[in-house]
Amino acid sequence: MGLLSDPVRRRALARLVLRLNAPLCVLSYVAGIAWFLALAFPPLTQRTYMSENAMGSTMVEEQFVGGDRARSFARDFAAHRRKSGALPVAWLERTMRSVGLEVYTQSFSRKLPFPDETHERYMVSGTNVYGILRAPRAASTESLVFTVPCGSDSTNSQAVGLLLALAAHFRGQIYWAKDIIFLVTEHDLLGTEAWLEAYHDVNVTGMQSSPLQGRAGAIQAAVALELSSDVVTSLDVAVEGLNGQLPNLDLLNLFQTFCQKGGLLCTLQGKLQPQDWTSLDGPLQGLQTLLLMVLQQASGRPHGPHGLFLRYRVEALTLRGINSFRQYKYDLVAVGKALEGMFRKLNHLLERLHQSFFLYLLPALSRFVSIGLYMPATGFLLLVLGLKALELWMQLHEAGVGLDAGGRPGPSAPLPPAQGVGLASLVAPLLVSQAMGLALYVLPVLGQHVATQHFPVGEAEAVVLTLLAIYVAGLALPHNTHRVVSTQTPDRGWMALKLVALIYLALQLGCIALTNFSLGFLLAATMVPAATLTEPHGPRPLYAALLVLTSPAATLLGSLFLWRELQEAPLSIAEGWQLFLAALAQGVLEHYTYGALLFPLLALGLYPCWLLFWNVLFWK
Amino acid sequence: MAAAMPLALVVLLLLGPGGPALAEPPRDSLREELVITPLPSGDVAATFQFRTRWDSELQRKGDTDHYFLRYAVLPREVVCTENLTPWKKLLPCSSKAGLSVLLKADRLFHTSYHSQAVHIRPVCRNTRCTSISWELRQTLSVVFDAFITGQGKKDWSLFRMFSRTLTEPCPLASESRVYVDITNYSQDNETLEVNPPPTTTYQDVILGTRRTYAVYDLLDRAMINNSRNLNLQLKWKKPPENEAPLVPFLHAQRYVSGYGLQKGELSTLLYNTHPYRAFPVLLLDSVPWYLRLYVHTLTITSKGKENKPSYIHYQPAQDRLQPHLLEMLIQLPANSVTKVSIQFERALLKWTEYTPDPNHGFYVSPSVLSALVPSMVAAKPVDWEESPLFNTLFPVSDGSSYFVRLYTEPLLVNLPTPDFSMPYNVICLTCTVVAVCYGSFYNLLTRTFHIEEPSTGGLAKRLANLIRRARGVPPL
Repeated sequence: MGLLSDPVRRRALARLVLRLNAPLCVLSYVAGIAWFLALAFPPLTQRTYMSENAMGSTMVEEQFVGGDRARSFARDFAAHRRKSGALPVAWLERTMRSVGLEVYTQSFSRKLPFPDETHERYMVSGTNVYGILRAPRAASTESLVFTVPCGSDSTNSQAVGLLLALAAHFRGQIYWAKDIIFLVTEHDLLGTEAWLEAYHDVNVTGMQSSPLQGRAGAIQAAVALELSSDVVTSLDVAVEGLNGQLPNLDLLNLFQTFCQKGGLLCTLQGKLQPQDWTSLDGPLQGLQTLLLMVLQQASGRPHGPHGLFLRYRVEALTLRGINSFRQYKYDLVAVGKALEGMFRKLNHLLERLHQSFFLYLLPALSRFVSIGLYMPATGFLLLVLGLKALELWMQLHEAGVGLDAGGRPGPSAPLPPAQGVGLASLVAPLLVSQAMGLALYVLPVLGQHVATQHFPVGEAEAVVLTLLAIYVAGLALPHNTHRVVSTQTPDRGWMALKLVALIYLALQLGCIALTNFSLGFLLAATMVPAATLTEPHGPRPLYAALLVLTSPAATLLGSLFLWRELQEAPLSIAEGWQLFLAALAQGVLEHYTYGALLFPLLALGLYPCWLLFWNVLFWK
Repeated sequence: MAAAMPLALVVLLLLGPGGPALAEPPRDSLREELVITPLPSGDVAATFQFRTRWDSELQRKGDTDHYFLRYAVLPREVVCTENLTPWKKLLPCSSKAGLSVLLKADRLFHTSYHSQAVHIRPVCRNTRCTSISWELRQTLSVVFDAFITGQGKKDWSLFRMFSRTLTEPCPLASESRVYVDITNYSQDNETLEVNPPPTTTYQDVILGTRRTYAVYDLLDRAMINNSRNLNLQLKWKKPPENEAPLVPFLHAQRYVSGYGLQKGELSTLLYNTHPYRAFPVLLLDSVPWYLRLYVHTLTITSKGKENKPSYIHYQPAQDRLQPHLLEMLIQLPANSVTKVSIQFERALLKWTEYTPDPNHGFYVSPSVLSALVPSMVAAKPVDWEESPLFNTLFPVSDGSSYFVRLYTEPLLVNLPTPDFSMPYNVICLTCTVVAVCYGSFYNLLTRTFHIEEPSTGGLAKRLANLIRRARGVPPL
């Protein structure tokens, strides 16, 4: 600190920062990106290990043999389902009761803000069925949840069959210390959300549902299963939940343990685990998985019903049975045994899962990157914003210093003392851009009926198109605002605005990176260069193009292409555009139905901030 | 039934005056009995009761002083064999003879429900209550589950349940009986068969319904001598259907609602399933101090309307000294669900106050419901001394209702818990460093520095400047 309070040395330091600003910025940005890419390589990735003592050392012997029973349950379920066209509630109740569970149902209904075209639903009403296996001689203070979501199509009946067969097997055992809730939800995630809200007696999303008749204490962990064939070639595990929340790493370790024990082929993001980490191939494959995970997590949507449990601090993950063209297949017994083992070990838990990491990235199923190692990547990127802001601050405040900072043209003219920075001139652009963000957030859903009356579009289309229209209309704003802005020394005006915008952006990205690293990193990697470069002088069309290409919506579009590319299913331009429109609609819907925060975050936070940079670019 | 009551080991020390017996009771006596109730689900419930009485020289003086009344709960304690062994030692015959030979730990703890209790109270020996005797009543209830213990079979026998049969009564017992509930099966003898066939039956009103019991008296020599041992067998001729069990008139459920670690809500649902009778319930809640209750948020609603309790007693908590005590008398309308909810805030404990497993959560003891539940059948007033012991578990007060005390499930509440590990220390340290750096940086960023020339020259320079000013020349 002595270095900074000594004016002479301080001035020297300031001069250094100013002179080396551009190289430092470039260096910092490159370091951030390079750090991120290096995350998949061994010194930064570590082997996962079980931290929880209660689950680590004890061995369990799986005894599940009900494969035939599961298949016959699945057949019956599918038949009843076809007959009734909806979830066969009565049949499920009867069957659950016959295997010895305490059965309850819950009906719910929800009118979506606008029709969901991907899932073809608007006015949704359904019934969840759940059965509670009461642990013998325990007082129902703790429970585990095994859930199977059923969508509108008749997939997942094998999962229901396996659930019932496992319930029958579990019911005959004496060792349970926690109640087990077997939950079958209708309308997949909507049903799960309705059940969770009713279980915790809260109303987060405006769901209407009947109160639950039976409860089983505090839920300690949950496992969701999606299976749609009698045999599987591999099991895929999904961890990313709502708003990028992740379950405790120990739960994933537990799954991996039983994958290894049962000799199951387990995948993460649909990718097999690389075997060889010493050569370049392994880490490169790991990097693909890591990128997929970052994209999935950044989207903030629940990738399976487990994602909704995380809000209630219930550690949860989703297992998906994949049936591909691979030769070797596993039957339901193998999957059932893995699940039995997991539940028996979860039953041993004395405390909630808390020992292992909650914030991590996964380049492979058995490798992870901890928060301490991946945070510097965002740190370096945000440092660029800090350095640029510091430069602007000094140029605004320390007249004369800017003059000998490399003799650059433009902003380096000596400026009058600091009092001249009219903060009032910043109020108008800030207010206008925030108002634009608010309009982006509120208008599409509010004005859908007006839009459908005046234009030949459906409600869902109307929402997406209004969204895009307002987004693009924001670009026309500078012409409106610069008239409002009072006459100031032109350079001083835009510099102050850019300074505010930089700090605003850095704060937002920092906060996002803390809660959802992936989203923070993706946005930082795209927005930082354009934000740093933008100024009203120099090659304006180039800056404008760069700024447009790195706007949040463009990032979303780019992410979609990258995602499909990594999944080895590349998109054509037209498909990409369709997917983009669908993603916009889904994003808005998920905000209203599950409380996903990505849409309000982009509309109310990052989009106005990005507009400020657009303002800076077209400053006159 | 199994999960509606907690398994907290509740020891009630009741100092209320036991009903003054008309005749002077015998000086030392033991009565033991076992009630077997086959349930429609195919499960079977068994309740042991042992009552020991002995005279004491202690003299009673006046009424009970309620200052000495204490209520305590250990909601975390789960009943296990450790509780069974000392409990058995209190029995006069230990587990050597009589009904207590059936108390084998490995069978009793292979059940789906287990509850064990010890009641002790003084009983007046005469109407003026000048001398008393002590009564020790031990009860143990278990439910054998067709799915776990029965391996799917629904036929039961004493041997199948306890892996023992009865051979002799306890020599000290004045009464030793086994009762089998045959209410639903006595009308048409087709569904359930009890073997050996009972010699006598007993009828009474229990829990508001008329019930019939087959009685086996162990003191009756013929009962044992015929076959050297008594192995009661229950055979279903027509296997019972898997149907939802009958719901009792009064039952309750308790849960914590909300999420996150700041606030929450304790909700208790009270169900009155009686078709046309409303009745009052006394609800007693004792909540630990680290859940700070907001009493103004106490809401009681039944059938969508606010339900004003006719009596509320609230004793606020004192940090680390005493818990909240909330007692209410609530009228439950007929055929309704009443929701009692109160919001709370989770307190931050001092870091040494956390239990060794803080992430398990903290227990909140069960609410206690006491009620006089109206019965369907009017009961005759009975002589307590003559009727079986199980009759007094749910005492009938005036013939039209019976007394029930229910315990809801205990709750597990997570409090904000620091991560007691390395990262926690690291976070603390980092925050300190960041705080220090932030202070200095803020200071630097908001302050402008000017170099001030040191005033050199002193008096001579000032004099020179005075002269220079007088001459109109700029000062030095």
